[in-house]
Amino acid sequence: MKKTYKIDVDCANCANKMEEAAKKTPGVKDAVVNFMALKMKVEFEDGADVDSVMQKVIENCKIVEDDCQIFL
Amino acid sequence: MMKTMTKKQKDLFFRIIAAAVLMAVLSILPLRQYPLLRFVLFLVPYFTVGNDILRKAVKGIKNRQVFDENFLMAAATVGAMALGEYTEGVAVMLFYQIGELFQSYAVGKSRRNISDLMDIRPDYANLETEEGVEEADPDDIEVGSIIQIRPGERVPIDGVIVEGTSSLDTAALTGESLPRDVAAGETILSGSINLSGLLRVKTTKEFEESTASRILDLVENAGTRKARSEQFISKFARWYTPAVCYSALALAILGPVVSMLLLKQPGGRELWSDWIYRALTFLVISCPCAIVVSIPLTFFGGIGGAGSKGILIKGANFMETLANVRTIVFDKTGTLTKGNFAVTKICPAMEGGSTAAALQAGDGEAADRLLEYAALAESYSSHPISRSLKEAYENRAAALDKGLTGKAPENKGAGLTAACGKAPENKEAALTAAPEKNLEKGGFGPAADCGKSASRVGDTEEISGKGVITEVDGLRIGAGNLKLMQELGVLITEENDHSDVETGTLVHVCAGSEYLGHIVIADEIKPHAAEAVRELREAGVSKTVMLTGDAEAIACRVAEKLGIDEYHAGLLPADKVTRLEKLLSETSGRASSKGGKAGTLAFVGDGINDAPVLSRADIGIAMGALGSDAAIEAADVVLMDDDPLKISSAIRLARKCIRIVNENIWFAIGVKFACLLLGALGIANMWLAIFADVGVMVLCVLNAIRALV
Repeated sequence: MKKTYKIDVDCANCANKMEEAAKKTPGVKDAVVNFMALKMKVEFEDGADVDSVMQKVIENCKIVEDDCQIFL
Repeated sequence: MMKTMTKKQKDLFFRIIAAAVLMAVLSILPLRQYPLLRFVLFLVPYFTVGNDILRKAVKGIKNRQVFDENFLMAAATVGAMALGEYTEGVAVMLFYQIGELFQSYAVGKSRRNISDLMDIRPDYANLETEEGVEEADPDDIEVGSIIQIRPGERVPIDGVIVEGTSSLDTAALTGESLPRDVAAGETILSGSINLSGLLRVKTTKEFEESTASRILDLVENAGTRKARSEQFISKFARWYTPAVCYSALALAILGPVVSMLLLKQPGGRELWSDWIYRALTFLVISCPCAIVVSIPLTFFGGIGGAGSKGILIKGANFMETLANVRTIVFDKTGTLTKGNFAVTKICPAMEGGSTAAALQAGDGEAADRLLEYAALAESYSSHPISRSLKEAYENRAAALDKGLTGKAPENKGAGLTAACGKAPENKEAALTAAPEKNLEKGGFGPAADCGKSASRVGDTEEISGKGVITEVDGLRIGAGNLKLMQELGVLITEENDHSDVETGTLVHVCAGSEYLGHIVIADEIKPHAAEAVRELREAGVSKTVMLTGDAEAIACRVAEKLGIDEYHAGLLPADKVTRLEKLLSETSGRASSKGGKAGTLAFVGDGINDAPVLSRADIGIAMGALGSDAAIEAADVVLMDDDPLKISSAIRLARKCIRIVNENIWFAIGVKFACLLLGALGIANMWLAIFADVGVMVLCVLNAIRALV
């Protein structure tokens, strides 16, 4: 399953870091961050609980870039 | 400028100004003899401008994100302050922040530019309800509702006009500046602007599925498919920052040690602080942001700019493939030709070899008579070929009424009668399908559009697979293919037999046993097709290929007319895929034998029947695909109108975009490495480093913005 979220982040490299962090989160099959459109597209693994996975994604993104937001 | 800044940006802007002023004042004041006071005073601008960076750096350390650029900047400036270089410490922070502000401003600006360019999202729809007309959210409108579109309003949802005529400005969708006239029964697409009359429209799609929404969606999501250069840069950034940091550490430790041991320099404070300073210079240059931001910015601008010109590129990766196109494979019908039938030539029978005279006669009465008889004979039929005959006849009659003797309006110049001049063509199937008359209709009175001539048309007889025999003005007129002529015992003399040179469908006409001549009905080549092929060649495409299901002769003529290198005729849809695969392997084979870089292969089709080919090619370009979901789905690049010139514009745009990306990559990396080298040698100081860093970013961003226009 794929979902797209609006995000807020200030710099392009931070967006790349968020992408990396989201990708490494368990339950996430793939993630792409589009810095210019400020969107994050997440592909979840089968059977993953979207809400809890996204909470983890936010946590992991906050670690690499404190000043970022993901709007669920 | 201030107006368009966000609160965050304004805040940073004032902090930068304040810190700059403070710093300038402090450097003039004679504070040399009070070192502690000087230090404390310099901390004021330092914290003013850099407090958020320092705060983030602390958080970064807590989160073990050592290679975070905030941490690096903090380390570099704190180091500089510790070495007593207060001005430099503050300046580095100051310029870093200026760079950040500029970048965030530019990114925001270009986001706004794109959304302005792509401003096709309608805000409301005038929904007709039982109580009257009310403004509604387009999202809430169900398929089949009736909406009103007043002059000056944007069409909110795709639909069919129920009532009213108007002209539509479709520039936002197709880039076409000429307004399009529309009337009841026609489909209109959301995103276009109603210019003149009130329209009542029955919606055929939901808002989310409508053209405007789909286009916006495509453009917005294009950045999600990342280009190779983008992936390269993000990998580079991941590797670059740690590498520079470790080198800085190595420099700070090994530099003095090596100097002492090998160069026998005296150790001591001086030496250590010199090398530490050099290491700090490294840290200043370690931030990869300049390069990282300029790449998506360029693609974003390029894709957005292309979108506003009616070229939808579905991803940054396709931009790269498109820029690299060396071979273009066209589908013929609907791409190079209009895909509709029209009378392209009227050749009245020639008598005894006076060719020139006969050609001239084509302009006059003989041609009119031929067309008239053919149209009347076919007046019962609704077959495309019959329709095109009738259409040509009506146009000609209208032109005659206006006194424009012999020149049909839409065929001016080349003219219907520029006998044997235009390269015509048709669908192979048409030849056999042509004489298939509508039997049910036949026998009951003529079709309405030929009503005024009804009295002249008598009995009609269908001869399946051959044509019709109709009584017109008491004459027995036969109209159909060669077989019909043979059956009727009509002799076609050699000079009248053009069947080997003609490339369209030939409708032969006879009266009794007298051969009157033939009319060629063919699919027309698009007006810009030849120019488009030329343009492509100029844009660096080395090979053009045309695939078609049509007969050899037709394909040959079209290819010749347009200057296409290679054509393959008589292909079934499945054959097209096999043929394309062959071309693909040839292209890559040629490249590997030459040891050169393989150019990519693009396939251009109209999205009808060629979806598999579109997806098989390196890059699939669907043209005139506006409103065709299958084509938009299968293609990588969608041209919103059907002008073949757009193909070369798309390639040029992509080339420009990729050029900018490459310029930025190599310029930024080059300058960074130069600075690193100079910094390590002790030639570049922190001032130079920060100037280079921010300067490179500003230049890269400015360069990236060029992609938009």
